[in-house]
Amino acid sequence: MITGTPKPIDEILAMLEPYKRIVVAGCFGCVTVCRVGGEKEVQVLSSSLRLAREAKDNKLEIKEVCLERQCDPEYLEALRPYAEDYDAVLSIACGAGIQFVAEKFQKTPVLPGINTGFLGVTERQGEWAERCQGCGDCVLHLTGGICPVSRCAKSLFHGPCGGSAKGICEVSPDVACGWQLIIDRLKALNQLENYGKLIPYKGWSTSRDGGPRRIIREDMTL
Amino acid sequence: MLPCTGRIEEAIILQAFEGGADGVMVVGCLEGDCHYLSGNIRARARVQRVSDILESIGIGGDRVRMYNLSAGEGAKFAAYANEFSEHIDQLGPSIINQVRNTKAEQVTA
Repeated sequence: MITGTPKPIDEILAMLEPYKRIVVAGCFGCVTVCRVGGEKEVQVLSSSLRLAREAKDNKLEIKEVCLERQCDPEYLEALRPYAEDYDAVLSIACGAGIQFVAEKFQKTPVLPGINTGFLGVTERQGEWAERCQGCGDCVLHLTGGICPVSRCAKSLFHGPCGGSAKGICEVSPDVACGWQLIIDRLKALNQLENYGKLIPYKGWSTSRDGGPRRIIREDMTL
Repeated sequence: MLPCTGRIEEAIILQAFEGGADGVMVVGCLEGDCHYLSGNIRARARVQRVSDILESIGIGGDRVRMYNLSAGEGAKFAAYANEFSEHIDQLGPSIINQVRNTKAEQVTA
């Protein structure tokens, strides 16, 4: 899922300073799962903002909405009755959703209520960790299902660097060496021969190095 | 009234403050004694999150507290209720009610 963290309430209040009537828009997608932008978070953030503004004798009117997804045009239509009727939209979807709302409703300022993080997993309740950087050329079949791009701090492709010690990355004592994980997994799978395979130079043009990316599937387009 | 503090959501507590409450006490079963295993533990975490929010927006984190007791401890419930009520009396009206009272006085003046 796409993960994120709430922006500090003071930062949001500063953004909202010029506005009297806003929409707080959540998303039932990834941000609901990682507890940062779903229906419950819409309610809590809206209450908090109303209280904070009324405490300053500067009331804020809020329309609370939660869309099925903010990254699909069909679902954005649910915002149409409100988006252009209010001073601003505060979206607590991921950065993709926030931008899509801004694209769709050009007359209304759209503000971010969260800081979008990474593509990750829930390791335990309240703890998420990065697993994929969307490089566009997956090699997980060679690396025991552990990604050298996202799990190695340097995104190395042919084993650990000198900063790996006792399975820990030099970046932080809390970070496992991605390549140690890969080698341990390959051993367990009896696939250590994969470690000896030369992987050709990675073409990073499929990653962010090629600029903003687009996927066009002719078989899917109408 | 909720039958179980496990049903408490942060939004419900915040709505009480929007509704004019100066303080909210959440009373759950004794920890380790939850019929649903972790309802009161979850409630404690939610109360703490609301406390943090109230502190961050200038209303005061100490206006919400959680107490734990068993259903048979009527006297203790009364004691906790009195303690919390006195605590809120000492804090006085929340900033929200101060603003509302000032506005009401301006209207009647």
